[in-house]
Amino acid sequence: MGPITLGHYLSLGGILFALSVVGIFMNRRNLIVLLMAIELMLLAVNLNFIAFSHYLPVEADRMAGQVFVFFILTVAAAESAIGLAILVVLFRNRASINVEELDELKG
Amino acid sequence: MNTTTALFYFFSAVLLLASFRVITARSTVHAALFLVLAFFTASCIWMLLHAEFLAIVLVLVYVGAVMVLFLFVVMMLDINADEFRAGFWAHLPVAGLVGAVIALEMALVLMRGFQLQAPAPSAKAIEMGNTKLLGIEMYTNYLYPLQLAAVLLLVAIVAAISLTLRDRKDGKHMDASLQVKAKKADRVRLVKMAPTVELPSSPPSPPSLPPVSGQSASKDGGAA
Repeated sequence: MGPITLGHYLSLGGILFALSVVGIFMNRRNLIVLLMAIELMLLAVNLNFIAFSHYLPVEADRMAGQVFVFFILTVAAAESAIGLAILVVLFRNRASINVEELDELKG
Repeated sequence: MNTTTALFYFFSAVLLLASFRVITARSTVHAALFLVLAFFTASCIWMLLHAEFLAIVLVLVYVGAVMVLFLFVVMMLDINADEFRAGFWAHLPVAGLVGAVIALEMALVLMRGFQLQAPAPSAKAIEMGNTKLLGIEMYTNYLYPLQLAAVLLLVAIVAAISLTLRDRKDGKHMDASLQVKAKKADRVRLVKMAPTVELPSSPPSPPSLPPVSGQSASKDGGAA
């Protein structure tokens, strides 16, 4: 086993992303687990950003990736807060968070 | 195999195991707790990548705030977990195939294409530290996006509160804007009514009053 290269971190991010895709496939009914899988996807993306920023040969641009991660964290926090708020309102109105029951707009 | 390599493989194994349990856990509370473990392990990996500030922020923001929010919501909602489990494993072949293809393709391309070794940390990074470098970058080159991110957070606060704020049905508070807008015509209506009781017939002419001056004088005298 050689030293850890950029490819190792990117592969880890890729596997994590694939796991979250599988999670979205399998938990299609439970809205909360769907939100959690989306958080895992964002984590995989952030891992890629940080790995690229660490391995970037150009020294001047090296912090740009970490700034991006900062903004992604901001957006993800806002997204999960609003998503959970919508979830609470949904549960209050329908007494269920099963995605398959939310088909009132279906033609 | 040096320490960093061993740590990388250990953290990767924990991270993948935890995220696997997130998507397969029977109870949603367990899924949330495994997600906490996954975030914590990811923050350890970010430490290996010399992103110390973001690793701390990940623990503070995610484990401290977002996951607590998740746990609150999970415990507040009365969910029957078994209703979601019906046919859970039926999707496994398709989902596993898609996931395996994605992971294999990515790993093939990435392991071949990115055999980069980590460059030595620059003298500036050693001298100033990750947090200071990130702060300088953020408050100079990325100042405008930073302001936008702050506005976005404000929007998120307002949206989340206004979505979940619920008026009590039997609340007795007053709405000031409605009060100000009220006009006299909305509240008072003058109705002209026919009299229901017959007016008394006009009384006879009043009897002539006795003289007043003498009476009051005698009263004054009696008091004295």
